Amino acid sequence: MSAAPHNAGPHDVRAPLKRARGLGSAKSGVGHWWLERLTAVALVPISLWFVWLVLRLPHLDFVSAHALVGNPINAGLLILFTAVSFWHGALGLQVVIEDYVHTRWVELLLLVAVKFLAVLGAVACAMAILKIWLGAY
Amino acid sequence: MPHARPLSPHLGIYEWRITMLLSVLHRITGVFLCLGAVLVAWGLIALATGEAAWNLFAGFCASGIGIALLICWTFSLFLHLCQGIQHLVRDAGYDFDVWRRDDVRAPNYFAMSWLVVVASVALTLVVWLLVLFAGGVP
Repeated sequence: MSAAPHNAGPHDVRAPLKRARGLGSAKSGVGHWWLERLTAVALVPISLWFVWLVLRLPHLDFVSAHALVGNPINAGLLILFTAVSFWHGALGLQVVIEDYVHTRWVELLLLVAVKFLAVLGAVACAMAILKIWLGAY
Repeated sequence: MPHARPLSPHLGIYEWRITMLLSVLHRITGVFLCLGAVLVAWGLIALATGEAAWNLFAGFCASGIGIALLICWTFSLFLHLCQGIQHLVRDAGYDFDVWRRDDVRAPNYFAMSWLVVVASVALTLVVWLLVLFAGGVP
């Protein structure tokens, strides 16, 4: 928890906003807030599509599943879905960590770890999907 | 602490409302879905690796613990999705006037939250009835 930079004494004439600004748990956030909503809007249709795609899998053996995911349209949408999901997830986890982790170095460690793991996950998924798309069975 | 910032009255003093419960669940399901992303990554990497790896993944998904986790993830996804849409609507400034938050004069505000619960339970049921009785969709 960070203390206010200046004590708001009885003669302090600054508006409360002046003291509050920049002192939320994240210190800033309009860009973050907006990106979280933007990725959310993108995920509404694409996650419904993803559920539909997964529902088609139980019938299929390996070769048919490979062909379904390797279909260019499905592969492209899957790359979008995984990339935006990891992005949205990282933004969300960031807020949770900022709100509930109060030891600064642990908070920082987790924030960096979340960003690294999200990029790692998105890249791994994209590479796997590309390999499925380009390598026919 | 000399100039500690004031804390708002904590959760204990409030009467539980569906809106509060959904707000908490939105975060919990969000974190849980991040764990689900690991499963998605595993599935895609397994499919890219080969038949043995894919069969291992498919076997896990069809196991008891796999199905239990997948049901939790399905419900989490739909709850987070429906509640997320509700958040987007209210972020845009709709359905959020002070008078609407009064559950006596405007039960609609709370009814919408219950609708989120009903819709996510219904969608989860549809998906799992399809899986268990029809083996998915053709």
